[in-house]
Amino acid sequence: MQYRGTACILQLFINSLNKRREIVRNRIEDTQAQKSVRDLKIGESGEICCLKDPEMALKLLEMGCIPGTPVKLNSKAPFGDPVTIIVNDYTLSLRLDEAETILLK
Amino acid sequence: MAVTIEAEAPEATKVPVHLPVAKIALIGNPNSGKTSLFNQLTGLNQKVGNFPGVTVDKKTGISQITPNLKAQIIDLPGTYSLYPKSLDERVIIDLLYDPASKHYPDLVIVTADASNLKRNLLLFTQLADLRIPAVLGLNMMDVAEAEGVKIDLDALQRELGVPVIPLNARKGIGIAALKIVMSQQLAPTKATFFEIPEELREVVSQIKERFDLRNDYLALHYAHQYKNLRFLSEQDKAWMAQLLESADFKSNTVQANETIARYVRINEVLLDVVRIEKAKEEEKFSNRLDQILTHRVFGYLIFLALLFLVFQAVFAWASYPMELIDEGIAGLNGLIQDNFSGPLINLLTEGVIAGLGGVLIFIPQIAILFAFIAILEETGYMARVTFMMDKIMRKFGLNGKSVVPLISGVACAVPAVMSARTIENWKDRMITIFVTPLMSCSARIPVYTVLIALVVPEVYYLGFMNLQGIVLMGLYLLGFLSAIFSALLLKVLLKARERSYFIMEFPVYKMPRWKNVGLTIFEKSKTFVFEAGKIIVAVSIILWVLASYGPGDSFERAEERATVEATAKGLSEEQTDNLVSSYQLESSYAGKFGKAIEPAIRPLGYDWKIGIALLTSFAAREVFVGTISTIYSIGEEENVSTIKDKLMSEKDADGNPFFTPARAFSLLIFYAFAMQCMSTLAVVRRETKSWTWPLAQLVYMTGLAYVAAFVTFQLMK
Repeated sequence: MQYRGTACILQLFINSLNKRREIVRNRIEDTQAQKSVRDLKIGESGEICCLKDPEMALKLLEMGCIPGTPVKLNSKAPFGDPVTIIVNDYTLSLRLDEAETILLK
Repeated sequence: MAVTIEAEAPEATKVPVHLPVAKIALIGNPNSGKTSLFNQLTGLNQKVGNFPGVTVDKKTGISQITPNLKAQIIDLPGTYSLYPKSLDERVIIDLLYDPASKHYPDLVIVTADASNLKRNLLLFTQLADLRIPAVLGLNMMDVAEAEGVKIDLDALQRELGVPVIPLNARKGIGIAALKIVMSQQLAPTKATFFEIPEELREVVSQIKERFDLRNDYLALHYAHQYKNLRFLSEQDKAWMAQLLESADFKSNTVQANETIARYVRINEVLLDVVRIEKAKEEEKFSNRLDQILTHRVFGYLIFLALLFLVFQAVFAWASYPMELIDEGIAGLNGLIQDNFSGPLINLLTEGVIAGLGGVLIFIPQIAILFAFIAILEETGYMARVTFMMDKIMRKFGLNGKSVVPLISGVACAVPAVMSARTIENWKDRMITIFVTPLMSCSARIPVYTVLIALVVPEVYYLGFMNLQGIVLMGLYLLGFLSAIFSALLLKVLLKARERSYFIMEFPVYKMPRWKNVGLTIFEKSKTFVFEAGKIIVAVSIILWVLASYGPGDSFERAEERATVEATAKGLSEEQTDNLVSSYQLESSYAGKFGKAIEPAIRPLGYDWKIGIALLTSFAAREVFVGTISTIYSIGEEENVSTIKDKLMSEKDADGNPFFTPARAFSLLIFYAFAMQCMSTLAVVRRETKSWTWPLAQLVYMTGLAYVAAFVTFQLMK
C-alpha cells in the first residue's frame, strides 16, 4: 500500500516533468517558426513584424510597438523576467510572456 | 471654451457677480507632467472626491484664470489612449462620451511629453476626432532639446489645428500663456486624423441616428465600448449587440487598425515638424544608472539599504512628533479634567479626544512614509523596484507593485493600504490590500515587547544573538509568511476581472519635484484624518461608554467593595484608586463582555481579563498594554518592567503563575494575526469602497488568529 502510494506520487511527478518538457519543446518549435522579442539577447535589435495576441496587441500598439518599428532588448530583471525594451527612443518594461507576443521579421 | 456657463453662487458682495466657471479636463499619458501641471494650475485648491460608482479618486481644483474667470480643473487618470485598459481609465470614457452630461468638459488640456511626441500624440488625435475643444500642452521641452529634438511649434500648431503651448510644468514656465489660451473661446480643430473605414460607415451612421450623435468617431467608440457605458439602457445595449453581430464587427481588429492608421498619420504630421539633431549616439544616463540600480546583486542591496533608511525614519524620526502629539493630547485632557468634571467631560476627554489622539498620532508616520514613497516615485526608482520584484511576487498572486504596500505595512497598515493604489490590476490590488495588515505593524511592538519580556529569558547566543530579539524577528517573519501565503490562497479563490499587464513605461530618472512631494504628504494625511478619523472617533466613544458604565448600580458596589478591601489591606490613596478602577472595569459592560466571551477564549488559555484587553484592542492593538495595566490595577505612569512584574505575580486558581509560556505565546500569536485595528478597517473600506473587504479581513484574520493561538496553547500546555 505504502509502496503504491509512493509510486503514484512518483508517477505524478514524472508526468508533470514530461508536461513541462513538452511546453519547453513547444516553445522551441514556436521560436523556430518565428523569432520574438523574447529570443533577443541583451543589446540585440530587431524589427517588429506583427503582434500575436490580439488583446495584448492593442496595449502594445498604443505604446508604440507598431509593425515595422525597430526594437532593442535593453535589459533583463535579475531573475530574467521582466525585461525592458527600447522602442521609439523610450524604454518599456514588460514580462517575458508579453515580450513573446511581439514577433520579429 | 465656456459652452455651458454655470453661474457660481453669488458671493457675499453687495452686487451679485456671476462668474463663469468653465470645466476643464486635464488628460495625458502617464509621466507626461500632468500632475505637475495640475498642481501649478490649482495649488492648494484641490479636492479629492469620487467618480460616481467607481473606486477612482476624482481630483478637482479651482484655477483662477483671469481676475474674473475661474475654471474647475479635473485631473483625469493618466492613459495612453481613449480605449480604457483598466478600471481607472474607464472614468475617462464616462466623462467624454456623454456630451449631454453636466460634467462634460468645455475644454481639454492634453499634456504631451515633447521628448516622446509620437506616442503622446496618439491620445491627442483621438480627442481631436471627438471634436472636443483642446489645447496641447507640450511639456518637457528642455528634455527634448537636450536630446537634440527640435520641434517647429508653428508647423505643429498648423497641422493639429489647436493652440500648442510649450511648457515646463516643473518650473511653472508657460503656465501664463496656457491661462491666456484657456480664457478664450476655443473651437474644436477642423483637422481629421482618422477616417472611418468604408466598411464601418453603415454601422456608424446607424449608431449616430439611434443615439442622436453628431460625431462619427464618437459613434465608433460607442460600438467598441457600449458594454461599459453606464448611461445606456439594457435595451440600447441589446440593440447594439445585434447591430454589431449582423455587421460582423470585430472590436479588437478595428481598434488595432485604427491605432496603426493613427500612427501612420502622426508620422506624416511629424515629418515636417520634428527635426532630430542627434549630437552623438551616447548611452543615456538613465540606462547607465539602471545597470547598477537593477543589478542582480547591487540592485537588491541598494534597495535593502533604502528600506533600512525608510524604517529608520518611520520608527526613529517619527517617534519625536508622535510623543509630542501624545503629550499634547494628554495635556489637553488633563487641563480639561482639572477644570471641569461630569460624565459629558469624561466622554469628551476619554472618548472623543482620546479617540482623536489615536488618529492624530499616526500622522507623523504617514507623512514620513509618503514623503519617501513620493520621492521614490518622482525619481522613477519605484518603477525599478517593481521591475526587480515582479517575478517573485507574481508567484504569490501579487504584483511587482505590491512590494511598496507590503513593506510599508511593517510601519503602519493604514498608509500601506493607501499606497496600494498604484496597482492598476483590480485583483492584484485587492489581494495586496487584503494581506497587508498581516505584516507586523509598529502598533504590535508594545504588545510583543511586554509578552516576550515576560516569558523569554534574556540569554545570548554566540555573544550577540539575543533570544528575545530572535523571537521578535520570528514574529515579523510569521507576519510576512502569513501575508504571502494568504495571497497565494486568494490568488486561487479570486476571479480576475481584467488581464494583468506589466507593460509599462520605464521613466527616465528625474529629480523629485518637491512641490508634488509636499502636496502628496498633505493630501494623504488629510484624507487619513478625515476619512479614517470619523470611524475611529465613533468606535472610541462606544468603547469608552462600554468600559465606563455598568448595568444598574454595579459601579457603586464595585467602588464600595474596592474601598473596603483597600482599607483592610491599608493601601495608599493611589493604589486604592487603581483598585477601584480595576473593580469598576470588571463590573462594566466591557467587563461583562469579557466574562461572556471567556468560554470561547478559554481554549486559547485566556481568562476574562484578557478578554477585556482583546475587546479594547479591537480599537487599536497598542491599547492592550494600557488595558492590561488598568485591569491588573497598575498605575498609568508605570513602565514596562512593573507591568512585567505584576503580570508575573498573577496566579491562577492553583496558585501557579498565570502567564505560562503557553499562554504568553498563544497571546503573541493571536496579536500577530488578528485584525485589531479600526483605522485599517476604515481605510480598507475607503479604498475598496465596500464593506465586504474589511469584514472579510476581520473574519479571516481573527479566525486565523484564533486557530493559530489555539494550536499554540494546546501544543505548549
